[in-house]
Amino acid sequence: MGYLRPTSVDEAVGALAASPAGGSGWVVLAGGTDHYPARVGPRAAEDILDISRVAGLRGVAETDSGWRIGALTTWTEVIEADLPPLFDGLKLAAREVGGVQIQNRGTVAGNLCNASPAADGIPPLLSLDAMIELASAKGTRRLKLAEFIQGNRRTARRSDELVTAIHLPRPANAAKGDFLKLGARKYLVISIVMAAGVIERTADRKVAAARIAVGACSAAAQRLSALEQALAGQPLDTNLRALVTEMHLAPLAPIDDVRGSAGYRLDCALTIVRRLVDRLAS
Amino acid sequence: MIAFTLNGKAVSVEAPPERRLTDLLRLDLGLTGTKVGCEAGDCGACTVLIDERQVCACMVPAAQADGSAIVTVEGLAPAGEISALQRAFHRHGAAQCGICTPGMLMAAEDLLRRNPAPSEAETLDALGGVLCRCTGYRKIVEAISDVAANRPDAVAPAVGDAVGARIGRVDGIRKLDGTERFGDDVAPEDALWLRAVRSPHARATFTLGELAPLHAKYPGLVRVFTAKDVPGNNGFGIYPTVKDQPVLADGQVRYRGEAVVALVGDRATIETIRDDEVPIQWQAQTPLIGCAAATAPGAPVLHANLPDNILIKGRVARGDVERELAAAHVTAEAEFETSFVEHAYIEPEAGFARRVGDRIEMMAVTQQPVAHRDEIAQVLGVAPDRVRLTATAVGGGFGGKLDLSLHPLIAIAAWHLDRPVRCVYRRPESMASTTKRHPAHVKGRWGADKDGRLVAIDFHGDFNTGAYASWGPTVANRVPVHASGPYAVKTARATSRAIHTNEPPAGAFRGFGVPQAAVLHEYLMDRLADQLGMDRLEFRLVNAIRVGDATATGQVLTHSAGLAKCLEELRPHWKRLRAEAAEQNRRTGNGHGGNGHAVIRRGVGIGCMWYGIGNTSMSNPSTMRIGISAEGKVTLYNGAVDIGQGSTTILQQIAADALRIPVDRIQQIVGDTDLTADAGKTSASRQTLVSGKAVEIAALDLREKVLRLTNAGPEGRIAIDGPVLRVQDGDATRTLELRTMAAQGSDGDVLTGHGRFDPPTTPLDENGQGVPYATYGFAAQICDLEVDVALGTVKLRRFVAAHDVGRAINPMLVEGQIHGGIAQGIGLALMEEYIPGRTENLHDYLIPTIGDVPPIDIILVEDREPVGPFGAKGIGEPALVPTAPAILGAIRDATGAVVRKIPALPHRVREAIKLAQGGTQP
Repeated sequence: MGYLRPTSVDEAVGALAASPAGGSGWVVLAGGTDHYPARVGPRAAEDILDISRVAGLRGVAETDSGWRIGALTTWTEVIEADLPPLFDGLKLAAREVGGVQIQNRGTVAGNLCNASPAADGIPPLLSLDAMIELASAKGTRRLKLAEFIQGNRRTARRSDELVTAIHLPRPANAAKGDFLKLGARKYLVISIVMAAGVIERTADRKVAAARIAVGACSAAAQRLSALEQALAGQPLDTNLRALVTEMHLAPLAPIDDVRGSAGYRLDCALTIVRRLVDRLAS
Repeated sequence: MIAFTLNGKAVSVEAPPERRLTDLLRLDLGLTGTKVGCEAGDCGACTVLIDERQVCACMVPAAQADGSAIVTVEGLAPAGEISALQRAFHRHGAAQCGICTPGMLMAAEDLLRRNPAPSEAETLDALGGVLCRCTGYRKIVEAISDVAANRPDAVAPAVGDAVGARIGRVDGIRKLDGTERFGDDVAPEDALWLRAVRSPHARATFTLGELAPLHAKYPGLVRVFTAKDVPGNNGFGIYPTVKDQPVLADGQVRYRGEAVVALVGDRATIETIRDDEVPIQWQAQTPLIGCAAATAPGAPVLHANLPDNILIKGRVARGDVERELAAAHVTAEAEFETSFVEHAYIEPEAGFARRVGDRIEMMAVTQQPVAHRDEIAQVLGVAPDRVRLTATAVGGGFGGKLDLSLHPLIAIAAWHLDRPVRCVYRRPESMASTTKRHPAHVKGRWGADKDGRLVAIDFHGDFNTGAYASWGPTVANRVPVHASGPYAVKTARATSRAIHTNEPPAGAFRGFGVPQAAVLHEYLMDRLADQLGMDRLEFRLVNAIRVGDATATGQVLTHSAGLAKCLEELRPHWKRLRAEAAEQNRRTGNGHGGNGHAVIRRGVGIGCMWYGIGNTSMSNPSTMRIGISAEGKVTLYNGAVDIGQGSTTILQQIAADALRIPVDRIQQIVGDTDLTADAGKTSASRQTLVSGKAVEIAALDLREKVLRLTNAGPEGRIAIDGPVLRVQDGDATRTLELRTMAAQGSDGDVLTGHGRFDPPTTPLDENGQGVPYATYGFAAQICDLEVDVALGTVKLRRFVAAHDVGRAINPMLVEGQIHGGIAQGIGLALMEEYIPGRTENLHDYLIPTIGDVPPIDIILVEDREPVGPFGAKGIGEPALVPTAPAILGAIRDATGAVVRKIPALPHRVREAIKLAQGGTQP
């Protein structure tokens, strides 16, 4: 079976365009932190496209319209990047992606492509209005993150496409992000519930826009648009938390699993979103 | 060709690009210091530095090593002189079994290279990705904070002062420099690999199809072993009369994870063949899950000789329980349920076997070499002396390596093939196939008089012992004896049952059922105290069993019953923490966590325990030998396997002081059935007491022989200078020329001392009356914690632990046992729940991380036990037993919530809080 290490996007998407002979398609590997855990125990050989050497895909950069996170950017690089408070939630989430070993190796784009319902990176990127840049031999396209993630471990990436970057628009107003996670231990823990949010504020201390997302409570993390609308225009110094109601959790559809019951998840989602809103307003 | 810098040297190696870096380092380059615990980034044992950043080598493709600079544990001490970091670990006892240590060291190295003086929070963040199951992490944190000081090692204790000294482990350095050899580090290069194919069903019958197509497809497959290839008895088990677990299943399986066939071949082949390629035709049946299903009328029978699926019943009875409870001033009753708990040692089972003539020689993980040798022999159908088992270093055991695992499989394969055969379990295989802590359903009713004295206890426990007997009988025996807790009560009835189900065999795990019973008895003690209006600690103190009191089995304690002293030592801490908690709760009010407010309630709980040291009413001797060679080498032939708890060090300290020579003059041979005598199992907290006493006797025997040969008096001072042994006795010096003496026995030693000790016990009668143990460990622990009322999460603030250990042979190692026991108790109480098929990895099955173990204050109470060596008892299991009761009590204290199903996962705590807030008093 093949193992290819392209050095350019063109070379990588060229390979993806032509499925390897006799195989079941390329498996794209970057940091390896989702790849190997899914392959404990015996298994057949695979064709692997190792994109870790593809040029131009690493690092966080400010652009005319906002910021670009290259697909090979690690979580540690996000933590260490010089970024405004808008990214505080993403940075907090970055510190929850496994241990430091995983943050040093795992990539932001890989977290999205793996599309776990409990992926720590997805709610903060939803709250940042992330757009996913996909390249193929036919050209590039951009999808909203909510369109890119299609469900539990399902994405809109075609097998001939490579995620090359994540684009984050610059908000019109001063903005702050935050992230809260509930788990049964301190480190290395899969979320029972998590919430991420961004609040943009006007000069006269009102909510210009709010973007709130909840993870681990549905097949894919969800934005709470009814809540976002309820918060918009509200003065920051009022008791914003009190605006959060169970009705706002309607997009969530949690399940029972070893980490908690569906009912418990909804109960906690309400608490955590309220706390998040509290923190964002302060 | 993959080229990179490894520990400062350029290397290049030909290897498949997708190979894990762990395999590249360990198999291709022979650097076995980097350990493999999970292959999934869950444990961090494989942490190395790549380009100055810590990473898990198990998730790095070999191709990505190309062009990088990699540092492994072997690179920390390139000149042979260990680094300041490694020395700090040694000085603080930060390594126990040592399997996580390379990963811990590399994570710490990463931290210290960029931050030489980290705060504790920074240390926790940096090490949060490495799991340790032994230490409870606290000594690791201490060590890292002390690296910069670069203090010298402790001065070696003077002759006669080894006992009681805080010396570093005698096997400590090799656990720090990557040279320790664990189960997967010993196989020869030409060994074949073995992998068991295991049942995906909890209950099924099966037939095997034609194997020829599999062989045709995989030329590297040498042989597929099945039940009919077992030369001797296709059955094993802990008890001499119960060999109920097949080595390879013969047509039916009784739990998910049971071995069905064993594939042997080259590694690549074994790693490629998927289970579903092996021609096994399954007929799945509805499994019996849980004790209720297994004891329901008409339930299918697991073992034909046990028609009711009940393996064994236990009973202790004394006095008229009904009458005393009816007359009691107050009574309390309750039921609790606990879960399967996985040992989660970071080292999966591993080892290799080879045939040497008509013998099998094996090096593998084990907690009991002689018993395992005998067990392997009966599976092979040969006499025990035709098997040699050498224990490798054991990367954590906790009872889980007391049962056979891969041993009979590699023995059979090596026997038939006459080639070395190795095996290492994958993490999911280790978790699915090996034993667990028994899930228990415990219930009881206790009563006290108006003066606050217990008058009677009534207890029953059902223990789910899974598909095979393993240590089930022990749980049934040990639990009723301990059901009263460490309290004096004249009237008791305690019964138990071990019940077979189609679940993993439940075996030995630190405490043998006693931790489950302690959850109940400590709850009942709290309720009784509350009803009497007494302080919970003072109520326990009133009832603490003391010298002169009789236990529920009628045993009158004659010495070393230090619970009362433990409680007295804890009293000021208890009062202080209770006052702090009350003040904090008063300030924050009685909010119920509604509307998203972060309402934190603080609570303080207490747990007490006792634990009989050694086997229950059964002979469990240890035999030790210590010799002096013609060249003046002093060797302790020590059959007691050190699973990380430190027995090798403890026994050497005892030997040194009994012989009265410097502790560093002794070398050891440990755990080799050809070279060491039977020291029994490393279980039941018995090695310090039983093997320690045997070592003391052996060393005294040797000393007496030396003194006799030199006509020296009892105070003679022995000095060994190469082949010349001198004894200074007053002004006279007498000399033995060792080279002139005849060697005795196979060791070649010219002088040998022998020791054997079997703790005095008596059988229990049909009412459980007798002397089950020679001595007991006692402890009390306080837990201070906070509960987030809205989420049900628990944040531990502090433990204060008072333990009566008789005598601390090495206080640093004793503290390490207490830290580690508390960490496992935290897991038991708050997060650990093994569910077959659902939590067979270390990210769905949670054990405490470095951020989950709070500061622990330790008070050692040394109420000497005259039976034990230098007054010592045991600490391994006592450390864990009181922890969960203290945590659960503190949660109740904080919130009123009674969590009935353990572990108290956040959703269960939240549910219990809602119930408590609803006004329903438990």
